[in-house]
This record gives sequence, structure tokens and C-alpha cells, in this order.
Amino acid sequence: MARTPQTLFDKVWQRHEVTAESAATPAVLYIDLHLVHEVTSPQAFALLRERGLPVRRPERTLATMDHSTPTLTAQVFGGAPIAIDSAARQVRELEANCAAFGVELLGLRHAERGIVHVIGPELGLTQPGKTVVCGDSHTSTHGALGALAFGIGTTEVGHVLATQCLLQRKPRTLAVNVRGRLAAGVTAKDLILAIIGRLGVAGGTGHVIEYRGDTIAALDMDERMTVCNMSIEAGARAGLIAPDETTYAYLEGRPRAPQGEAWEHALHEWRQLPSDAGARFDGEVEFEAGAVEPMITYGTNPGMAIPIGAAIPRRPEDPAFGRALAYMGLEAGAPIKDQPVNVVFIGSCTNARLSDLRGAARLLRGRHIAPGLSMLVVPGSQQVKRAAEAEGLDRVFLEAGAEWRESGCSMCLGMNGDTVARGQYSLSTSNRNFEGRQGAGARTLLASPLTAAASAVRGRVTDPRELL
Amino acid sequence: MAALTALTSRTVVLAAANIDTDQIIPARFLTTTTRAGLGAQLFADWRYDPAGAPRPEFVLNRPEAQGCRILVAGDNFGCGSSREHAPWALLDYGIRAVISTRFADIFASNALKNGLLPVVVAAATNAWLLARPGIELSVDVEAGTLLLPDGVAVSFPLEPFARHCLLAGVDELGFLLGRRCDIDAFERRA
Repeated sequence: MARTPQTLFDKVWQRHEVTAESAATPAVLYIDLHLVHEVTSPQAFALLRERGLPVRRPERTLATMDHSTPTLTAQVFGGAPIAIDSAARQVRELEANCAAFGVELLGLRHAERGIVHVIGPELGLTQPGKTVVCGDSHTSTHGALGALAFGIGTTEVGHVLATQCLLQRKPRTLAVNVRGRLAAGVTAKDLILAIIGRLGVAGGTGHVIEYRGDTIAALDMDERMTVCNMSIEAGARAGLIAPDETTYAYLEGRPRAPQGEAWEHALHEWRQLPSDAGARFDGEVEFEAGAVEPMITYGTNPGMAIPIGAAIPRRPEDPAFGRALAYMGLEAGAPIKDQPVNVVFIGSCTNARLSDLRGAARLLRGRHIAPGLSMLVVPGSQQVKRAAEAEGLDRVFLEAGAEWRESGCSMCLGMNGDTVARGQYSLSTSNRNFEGRQGAGARTLLASPLTAAASAVRGRVTDPRELL
Repeated sequence: MAALTALTSRTVVLAAANIDTDQIIPARFLTTTTRAGLGAQLFADWRYDPAGAPRPEFVLNRPEAQGCRILVAGDNFGCGSSREHAPWALLDYGIRAVISTRFADIFASNALKNGLLPVVVAAATNAWLLARPGIELSVDVEAGTLLLPDGVAVSFPLEPFARHCLLAGVDELGFLLGRRCDIDAFERRA
């Protein structure tokens, strides 16, 4: 009898079931890779101490620091103290916890440190078919390599440390079929903002999304990571993209990817993973990529996104919509284009990989940012930073008048000293435009690195195609 | 984790949809290394003005909200970041149940692991509750019902294992540790 066709998600899930779910209990799901950072782990290590438990599989756990760490070189390498005392305490606590429990730490001055979702793939640790978790919602990023990757809370961080497993109900699946070619000047960020605009910020709740179709197959790995990264902004548990030759070419030779015979064996396994023809999803959505334009948000959640040339919608009947526009200081019916901007941030786990920096530098080369505007460029990892410097991208940013920092989450979430002042407009390549996300009272417009760079030059929201 | 079997309380209402965890507890308060004391920063940017003074118009600052243990909120409560500090802050403030039409997955999971009950109700029920702040409700965890003041019982879904943990006041770790033999066997197979 022919085997029932399975989705990529079904295959990865099934291969990690220690025990299957029943009516009374969720499945026990085995976790291959656990990434740990300084902000969501202290209370989990404390739980292990309270119960007298060791870390079950320290070699499946990798820690780094990114969220509350400074990006100023003086505080990272120059011996200056970390300006925020409580952040300094978190850094010291993670160092102590990793030493006490035998967990490898890529610490503050480590050459391979970076945003946790940038370094997992970069080191070759994130691999197709793996289960990957981290106490951070943007763990969905790793799904770009065909790994089932999702964010967890701190209690679950403790569960994984203690047992290498999680109790999970099986989520539903949603296929997002994307067809057509992205137009020039339109990026993966624009695509995912358009998809979230269509699904809504809760449209993916309870689901794992698999992004499929020729548009997705044509994306490079950095672009795929941008797409999967923002799955959580549609409420999805995880985002997945089937591994293919692009994935294998990206992974081959990375320091923690399988080598030699193990590589050949892994390749054979990975080639079995893509969804079978005829596999059924719980939901399917068709999406046309050719019509996508550079996108920008105008409101206080990532679903409030429009094409950059469009007017801000009018929804007089919706008080929440009015409240969001009042917070943003924007008017229904007005164009978003030419809205003045005070701060431009290029960074975050969404858009701080090398190709993102190359795109922004392409627009900034030989140009200068607008007077009075400040611009922060924060590479996703120290490896990205060095690679960018080897190409001279740092010079492009500095000569344009931007700041070039050490890697970290930085201004994406404003808990490390990098913040946007109250009432200021920030054009940001990050993932969340929630009220106060980049600092109390800050107003965030989310867009691609190209749009961010073009808008930095003009000092107002600018369609990057005008400068390309 | 403190057991939760039944709860009777007046409600406090935050009608907005898509209340994200950055609103529940802004990131700048996450540099803590403990779970305690986050209630003071619950909804900090809505609750306090830039100088740190309570905004009198915000619901949690009104006298009638004091002591309320049930929060009624708009659709998709708890979206965004995975920070467990959000349920910790709600619990530390005194909230034991949140009622909405939908919860973000990670928030709901985090809440249940700490004894904070997410109660999913139909849109019509939620609209009715949002329009009547301060009414007294009773929650029966065992039966999975919400008792309205007019005596109508509304049932709500609750994952059976989470219900068991809530009623017994135990967390999931004991169960997982009890599966050690299965985990060992899985690791040998893999």
C-alpha cells in the first residue's frame, strides 16, 4: 500500500516524537538544538538549581548574548562597563550559568557571537529536519533551512535544559503558495510584509506555515530567513521552507555542518524531507509575488502594512485603528511617502545579514544621509560584521554618516541602550512596530533595507526604486 | 505553580485587540534575572506617564479595578514576543484569568505553565463581557465553564493535560522527567 503523502512538517514532527500525543497528554517532542540567550534563560537555570537537575544534553545547547548587550565598541571590546547595570548582571549570570552547567557560550567578545537567529544558520548548526527551539519568538527564522523551529517561554527553556524534550500538541499546517517573480527593488521583506498584511497578525495562530512555490524556491538563504523570521508576526508557530540545492550549497563547509561522509549521509536524509506530492495541508493560501511593491507599515502591528506609494487606509468605524494612527501621529487617507523620518535602523534578526547590508550600501554609496537624521547599522553577527568590513561596506555606511556598531538586537527592542526617543519616527528593518517597541513613545515604520537606506538619504519615506 | 480550581472575581476590561507582550511588559524591564516583582511594570507605558506618575484614566489605575483577578481583553491577546515575563507580570499584579476570543500560541502556553488561565470565548460572548466591565464572573476549571451573572454557564476549551496541571498545581517538568526511559530509548534509536 502506498504511504500517505506527508508534508515537510509531518516528517520532521514524526521523526522527533518520543511519545505521540493522546487525548490526555501532548506529544513528547525531542529537541535537537537549543539556543539560549541572556534574557530568557536566568529563571530557567534557577529552576534546574531548585530541583537539583543537570543539563541533560549540554552538547545540544548553545548560548550567546544579544538582546540586552550593548553595541558600542567601547562597551564590548574597549573595557568600558556595560552602561545598563541590570544588563551587565544578565551577561555575568549567563556566563556563570554556562560555566556551572557545562553549556558552550559564545560570549560578549567571542568572534562568532551575534544575534542568536543569525549565528545558528551561519555556523551550520541549524540544519534541515532538525527541531530547533529558543526562548525567543523569532526562532521561526531557522525554518528557512527546513528545520522545525519555534519560540518557547522560559519554563520551557528549563524543560529542554532538563530533558531535551517539550510537551507539545501537534499544530496545524498552512501552505502559503507564492508564485511569480519579485520586481526589481522589491525584497523578501516586502514579500513577507505583504503576506502578513493578507493573513493578518493572528491568521497563522495554531499553525506551522510552509512557504512554497517558485518565488520561494528562487530566494537565496538570507531572503528565506527574512520570510520565515516574520512568520510569528502572522501569529504562526513556525515557518518552514523545504530544503533544496540552495540550502545545501549554503550549509556545505560551514564549521558545524556535517563534513565528509557525514555530509553525504545528511544530504541523503535531507533530500527525503520536502513535502510529498499530494500532501495535505490544513489550509492553503495562494499569493501572487509579481504585484508586490516595496511595503511599509504605518500602524502599531506588522499587519498594518501598505505599498509605499499607497495612502494610509481609512477605517473610521474601528476605534483600535484610530488609536494606532493617533499613536503614530499619522492621518487616515494621507500618503505615507515623504513622511519625515528621524532615525533609520538597519539591523535585527530580520534584516542584518550580509546581503541586507550589501543592499543598503548599494543605495548609500556616494551619498549622504539627510541632515538631522541619525542612522544606525548593526550587523547580525560578528562574522557578518567582518565580512562586511572585508568588502568595505563599513566605509560606505560611515562615509554616508551612519554609525557602524558591534552586533546585537540593538534598536529592534530598545533594551540595550539603543533606543528611539519619544515621538520620533524610526524607519526600521526590524520586525515589530508595536507601541514603545523601540523606546517609550517611539514611532516605528517597518520596511526593507533598501527602503531604509533610500529614506535615510532623503530624510523622508522614499521608494527605493527612485534611487536605484 | 499555584493550583487553580475555581475563581470568582469582578472583571477589568481592556477592549483593544492584538494587545502584544511589549504592552503587557515593555522590553526595558526584561533585564531582570528573577520572576518576582514584575506586576509593578504591568502595562507600564499605558499605566504611567513619562514621568512615572499613574495615568488616572487608565483602567488599572481606577479604584474599581483594584482587586480584580479576571481581565477581559480584545481578540488575539498576548501576540508578539515569547517573553514569559508577560504572564509573570499579570500574575504578580493579581490577575489569574484572561478572557479573549483568541490568544497567541506562546502566550497561552506560558500562561498555563504559571497558573494563569486563558479563557477563549466566542466573539459575541466577548463583546458582551467587554461592554460590561466590573461584572462578577466565576470560573470553574474542572468543568471548563465561565458562569455569567445571569446564571448562564459558558463552556471554554482547555487542553486536558494543562487542566490536570492547573487543578493539581503541578508543572509539566515532573511528567517529562518521568519519561526518562522513553527519552533514553529515543536517543539510542536516533
